[in-house]
Amino acid sequence: MNPVLVEATDVTVSFPSGGGMLRGGRMALRAVDRLNLSIAAGEVVGLVGESGSGKTTAGRAVLRLLEPTSGVIRFEGADITHLDKPALRPLRRRMQMIFQDPYSSLNPRLKVRDIVEEAFVIHGIGTRRDRPERVAELLGRVGLPAEAMERYPHEFSGGQRQRIGIARALAVEPVFVVADEPVSALDVSVQAQVLNLLLDLQRSLGLAMLFIAHDLAVVQYVSDRVVVMYLGRVMEVAPAEAIYRRPMHPYTVALLEAVPEPDPAMRRPLAELPGEMPSPFAPPSGCVFRTRCRFAVAACERIEPVLVEVSPGHSKACIRDDIL
Amino acid sequence: MSDVALPNARTRSASPLLLLLGRLVRRRLVLISLFILLIMLVAAVGASWIAPYSPRRMDIAHRLAAPSAAHWFGTDEFGRDVLTRCMYGAQLSLTVGFLVVIASLTCGTVLGVVSGYVRQLDGLLMRITDALMAFPDILLAIALMAALGASLTDVVIALGTVYTPRVARVARGATLVLRELQFIEAAEALGASGRRVIVVHLLPNLASPLLVQGTFVFAFSILTEAALSFLGAGVPPTSPTWGNMIASAQEYMQNASWLILAPGLCIVLTVLALQAVGDGLRDALDPRLRRLT
Repeated sequence: MNPVLVEATDVTVSFPSGGGMLRGGRMALRAVDRLNLSIAAGEVVGLVGESGSGKTTAGRAVLRLLEPTSGVIRFEGADITHLDKPALRPLRRRMQMIFQDPYSSLNPRLKVRDIVEEAFVIHGIGTRRDRPERVAELLGRVGLPAEAMERYPHEFSGGQRQRIGIARALAVEPVFVVADEPVSALDVSVQAQVLNLLLDLQRSLGLAMLFIAHDLAVVQYVSDRVVVMYLGRVMEVAPAEAIYRRPMHPYTVALLEAVPEPDPAMRRPLAELPGEMPSPFAPPSGCVFRTRCRFAVAACERIEPVLVEVSPGHSKACIRDDIL
Repeated sequence: MSDVALPNARTRSASPLLLLLGRLVRRRLVLISLFILLIMLVAAVGASWIAPYSPRRMDIAHRLAAPSAAHWFGTDEFGRDVLTRCMYGAQLSLTVGFLVVIASLTCGTVLGVVSGYVRQLDGLLMRITDALMAFPDILLAIALMAALGASLTDVVIALGTVYTPRVARVARGATLVLRELQFIEAAEALGASGRRVIVVHLLPNLASPLLVQGTFVFAFSILTEAALSFLGAGVPPTSPTWGNMIASAQEYMQNASWLILAPGLCIVLTVLALQAVGDGLRDALDPRLRRLT
């Protein structure tokens, strides 16, 4: 096993909400609740959950794009939980982000060359003379011709824009990348291309990656390990193949049942997850999933389940051991 | 190893700003308005060379003369050429308008971006602008003129103060929208400083909404400056401004309507043209209307 590269321990991110000058921000939204996560060098960890489950916030916290309310984040062994912006700058060369929306993630006023080159300018990488060559090389890596440099983002399709975003993230030669739903905004036909590109790059560069998605099929395809989140809490952690072969948490089971089966012979009625996610302002007591769980018992209301390892590398946060 | 074809094989790539200008001049009304503004600009800038008379030369023998070949817009109560005075009036009005636009765009953008980007200051700054915007334009301008004096600089300061809050509002709103866009976060993830985010990513994207607001401020400040002059609260009545000319023409408007019509038309045409250009710009910038043009 490779050494641990990124480690989050009991990380909680709360946002004050409501408020204004007169009312004061009293209600707190706990987007991420005591998250424990570790990613080894070269490992791809998938983070799944419905929208609103806190997975994007978790990704941003790990990258220190926001400061967690409590907990510790370590990167390459160093505590980076409360570093300020200048102190974080050198770390920005080691970790990067790929964004969900290929339309809003590229500045419409900049040429592709300036977008990809920005990292070089900020970190003083290379000289003005050899930067175009480096940009061309990066574009080549993501499958775009060098002529793309002198064009503006609006001249490209969604998939091409996503490739530009990937080139920008790779410019600093990071060791760790958070990919926040990198293909969910793309046409299905393009998704596979971008996904394969991402995987190729991950393998050839030995990148560690936190791959955030709401689509279990996509996550299974790319990840070594999968973390399932619900309402800011981790429900289950398991090696990618185990989570499909033998899911242990009722929520994971529900998510898997919601994946459509392409083979008509195998088709089964899609199991629906009843109800909606409760308001994160007033999460249910005990287990946050109990309001939608078909296995919930009275005790779920009182006992807050903790992540327990049930087999090597496979943990779940559920008090019922008798069901799955 | 490029496996993706580029969208089209044009050799030159048009910048977003060029595309915008292209969309803009395709509209006839906008084109006519730009032409009117060009005429006003030439008349104002070239007044000293192309005006047929001196703006202060009196000719009592030909006082209140109707428009003729010698005096296209007639003469006033002192026999001064109205066309000449309108041209010098344009000089003053356009100067005031231009300086007010510069002043309010500068101050308003700084205030707006700061309030949108530094959230701790937002409440305070926006309450101050709200307080200023609560006054009717002309009332606030008169009050400020009473406190300041009656020079051209004072008019610019007064009108700049009146219109800065509007610009600040627009700049703040646009900043709030932009800062949620992922390219801002991408820049932060790359380690860009706050200054770099503002200068490279925020300001260029604010340029278009501010340009639109600038044309409206230009129009409003010409109108308000004329109103100030008309009420005697602007630059001294001896200076030929459109507002001053209308004020002094009141007594003679029964027999010499050209006295009021000439400067009045100048104001109306300039303001309408500026508004039309502003509207055109706004439409050209609106992504929802883009396909219609």
